[in-house]
Amino acid sequence: MPLYRVGAVTESMILARGLRKSFGDFEAVKGIDVDVRRGEAFGFLGPNGAGKSSTMRMIASVSPISGGSLQILGMDPATDGPAIRGRLGVCPQEDTLDNELNVRDNLYIYGRYFGIPKGEVNSRVDELLEFVSLTEKAKAKVEDLSGGMKRRLTIARSLVNRPDLLLLDEPTTGLDPQARHVLWDQLFRLKQAGVTLVITTHYMDEAEQLCDRLVVMDKGLIAAEGSPRQLIEEHSTREVTELRFGITDETNPHELIAEKVEDLGRLEVLPDRILVYSPDGEEVIAKVHERGLDPIGVLVRRSTLEDVFLKLTGRTLVD
Amino acid sequence: MATTTHPVHPPLGPARAAWLLVTRSYTVYRQQWKLFLTGFLEPVFFLFSIGIGVGQLVADFEVGGQSIPYAEFVAPGMLAVSAFNGALMDSTYNVFFKLKYDKLYDQMLATPLTTSDIARGEILWGQLRGSSYSVAFLLLMWALGMLHSWTAILALPAALLIGFAFSAVCMAATTWMTSWQDFDKITLLQLPLFLFSATFFPITAYDGWLRWVVEVTPLYRGVVLCRELTLGQVGWESAVSVVYLVVMGLIGLAVVRRRLDTLLLT
Repeated sequence: MPLYRVGAVTESMILARGLRKSFGDFEAVKGIDVDVRRGEAFGFLGPNGAGKSSTMRMIASVSPISGGSLQILGMDPATDGPAIRGRLGVCPQEDTLDNELNVRDNLYIYGRYFGIPKGEVNSRVDELLEFVSLTEKAKAKVEDLSGGMKRRLTIARSLVNRPDLLLLDEPTTGLDPQARHVLWDQLFRLKQAGVTLVITTHYMDEAEQLCDRLVVMDKGLIAAEGSPRQLIEEHSTREVTELRFGITDETNPHELIAEKVEDLGRLEVLPDRILVYSPDGEEVIAKVHERGLDPIGVLVRRSTLEDVFLKLTGRTLVD
Repeated sequence: MATTTHPVHPPLGPARAAWLLVTRSYTVYRQQWKLFLTGFLEPVFFLFSIGIGVGQLVADFEVGGQSIPYAEFVAPGMLAVSAFNGALMDSTYNVFFKLKYDKLYDQMLATPLTTSDIARGEILWGQLRGSSYSVAFLLLMWALGMLHSWTAILALPAALLIGFAFSAVCMAATTWMTSWQDFDKITLLQLPLFLFSATFFPITAYDGWLRWVVEVTPLYRGVVLCRELTLGQVGWESAVSVVYLVVMGLIGLAVVRRRLDTLLLT
């Protein structure tokens, strides 16, 4: 099945203009414009507290907007909440599984909440258990599942109503690498099947793997928007050269070394290394050596989304 | 896994949505039916110990011009208490757990269900759980020959009404609770209601304002209603009790819905 179907490309699944959300005096989202089209995998990136989850809750039609406008699937969440939610799949940040029901009943009862007839839910549940490889755990209690299995069950649950729009709030946080890759594979298959995905994450590799287009949010605003490649092109350079100079002390701090290479590109001076953003890493290394500097380690790599992210949102810890 | 084109199911109506929540709870408790046994047995033990045991020390006495053994005075009280206890248990502890720890209602709100559906469904379940104890208790009374009128059959809807009123109000109160310690307050109310709602002795034991206070408490209305029905002494006062319990339940329901909006739709 093609990713985009002709004629459906321009259909807006989510359309937000000047969208705001405040909790008392605190403004979590300060006016953002978002346009997610059918069949897209769209990402919200940002540090903790950037407003991603608040945005996701508004999109999920469980959080009234504080300002601006928001349309989901062409409907207004304030008045058509149940109708919108009937066509959404939601995979929340924390698993909200029904711990009193077994694995199979979790999917079955949830499916019934959507008004899906019994027979149809039953066959759908079998299909989904297979899809997330939990068929053998059908009768297990939720609390006996591993973290990865719970996540897969949550994903399966979000698909029970064959959603047009799937919302995934930090889907792989807390999972081990194996479980993450299994999940990415499943999400990729859904994307192939034409499901519109909206993902929040602070894992850059995840965003690069899954998202066609993304926005970087910071402090309630959109700091940048585009495809992963566009963002790298716009906000970073093709290559990054990492220079390590061993242990530096007060007499020979990184800052002093940095002064000698500051014309080579945009610099970022970290405690253990200096990053030089320039299109050609080999050229940077050659010049560094010409200037009599002798780094104990050099690494030339492609710019990643992480570089863009850190440039836009800073390296300071956000709590 | 074709996910693009499919029929969208029409949203559930209020009645079907509420019933679905009851189905969920039923699925949970299907494996834990023993819990129901304890809820049923408690008032039965009181009937046997106080009603029949202590009753042997008490002479028959008159209720509404009818002379009855003490046990038959206590039994309808226990019938009302069954519904009261069952509804209270479910809509306090269980609701608190689902609301604060299990995040069950957040899960439901990711579907077309609304806070109104959740309020109605959970109250209905608490009501049914409470009344199921009453049904069993009524059968016991029938077996012991304690039913004196055809109106006793109306004790069933009366039990449903008591279950509704307490389920709704207790769930409403639970939405304000922040920790398990807060449940001490529930126990603090539950015990005096149980002991002093004309369950073990007639209202005539109280004088003046105290009597008035007891007469406006909800469990008293439930107890006298059940007693009037099992003894066949239905009158205007019965109607007052019915209206009281209906209004109490409806207020509780409205409060629950609004509180869920405040707590969950932030």
